[in-house]
Amino acid sequence: LPGARSAVAGAFVMDRPTSYADATSYNNFYEFGTDKADPTEHAHTLKTRPWTVSIEGECGRPGRFDIEALLKLAPMEERLYRLRCVEGWSMVIPWTGYSLAELLKQAQPTSKAKYVEFTSLADRSQMPGVRSGVLDWPYVEGLRIDEAMHPLAMLVFGMYGEMLPNQNGAPLRLALPWKYGFKSAKSIVKIRFVEKEPMSSWTKAAQQEYGFYSNVNPSVPHPRWSQAAERRIGEDGLFSKKRPTLMFNGYEAQVGQLYAGMDLKRFY
Amino acid sequence: MKLLLSTAPQASASLPAPSGGRTARGLVQAALLSRAAKPLLFIACLLPLAWLVYGAFANQLGANPAEALIRRLGDWTLRGLMIALAITPLRELSGLAALARFRRMLGLFTFSYASLHLLAYGWLDMGLDFGDIGRDIAKRPFILMGFTAWLLLLPLAATSFNRAIRLLGAKRWQALHKAVYAISVIALMHFIWMRAGKHNFAEPAVYGVILAALLGWRVYRRLRGKKPRLG
Repeated sequence: LPGARSAVAGAFVMDRPTSYADATSYNNFYEFGTDKADPTEHAHTLKTRPWTVSIEGECGRPGRFDIEALLKLAPMEERLYRLRCVEGWSMVIPWTGYSLAELLKQAQPTSKAKYVEFTSLADRSQMPGVRSGVLDWPYVEGLRIDEAMHPLAMLVFGMYGEMLPNQNGAPLRLALPWKYGFKSAKSIVKIRFVEKEPMSSWTKAAQQEYGFYSNVNPSVPHPRWSQAAERRIGEDGLFSKKRPTLMFNGYEAQVGQLYAGMDLKRFY
Repeated sequence: MKLLLSTAPQASASLPAPSGGRTARGLVQAALLSRAAKPLLFIACLLPLAWLVYGAFANQLGANPAEALIRRLGDWTLRGLMIALAITPLRELSGLAALARFRRMLGLFTFSYASLHLLAYGWLDMGLDFGDIGRDIAKRPFILMGFTAWLLLLPLAATSFNRAIRLLGAKRWQALHKAVYAISVIALMHFIWMRAGKHNFAEPAVYGVILAALLGWRVYRRLRGKKPRLG
């Protein structure tokens, strides 16, 4: 999947990309199992064609988009983003896609559209993990509308110049580089504009541990571990000290103003 | 150990042997009593560690080898606890008294895996920053649980030699070593709590069922043992 180098500010980090092998074999995609090796093993059963995404809720032009139409909706860009998992590890991934705003604007959200809710596919026949009760399926995530409209919020169709592998959220997913990885919903089938803050799946599962915002923040620890440092997959040696985690995962210059004046300990 | 061995032949002799089963059990018992049994078990107990060390050097532990090492050492600690706790029920149910010979080695290996698990966490996860480790233990219940379980294992490991049994007296020694019941429950809670945030209880549930059976058997036997006196 070819893409031109993105001109969006902050779209290219200076970090070394994680190896394709690591990025496609160490995944959290619970629809295919809770072990990190499960998605790469089981996701081949996912059928990504035909695929439609329905756009619903508080917008002037709701409708259904075919994946082929979405691929042509805006010019493809390549961006190199950091990905920080809430578990304390990180990767650097070259994504291909475009700003989520390109799609959202087409739907013409109304003034009531304060938030955007994303729903992932939950099909037992294709996704063995959906049979387990680990989460309340389908997987739901949400963003405030201004977060969703931020140019760094990316709708992703490919990585490493190729179409997205199934285990990484094919055929389309989000990449929100300043938030913990689980906020970036995978295999999206529904995008809904809503007035009230959506309840995301992880917040529903453990409110104390996973807040709605889940911005990368080294000074707000997870209840069971510190978030001050992270291990860069494939790069940091077994015995090297973990590297410090950056505020907003290093994207503070770009996204900091979205949260001006907010108590980030309260809105974690 | 002497104490346990001395009871072994009597125990096996006093059990009624069903026809046909006697020779099979006799053979197993002989194998368990053979001189090769302990060295073989020793090697078997080293295999998981050897596999992990090989995996670390051969880059076979996946994308996050540090996490894999910490978790698998923890897994083997739990398994070690379960195996050690299974010896007594197995011995009594099968009549293979010689099984008791292996309890100490299993216990010490379990302690070793627990120590390596702690070391791997402290080194690979916390960079041997003792200030950070101390704060982590104080702040996070599941880390505190794991650390407590390891601390409680210390006196058991320290009194695992024959002289300690003589010094303490068999009764006191046995009472002390019953702490392993509490330790296994704490270790399991450490695992459950670790998985709690991700709602992933499938594996802890398996250990939970096994541990419940192992401890439940002891409770059941105790209650049944007392019944005649009550009646």
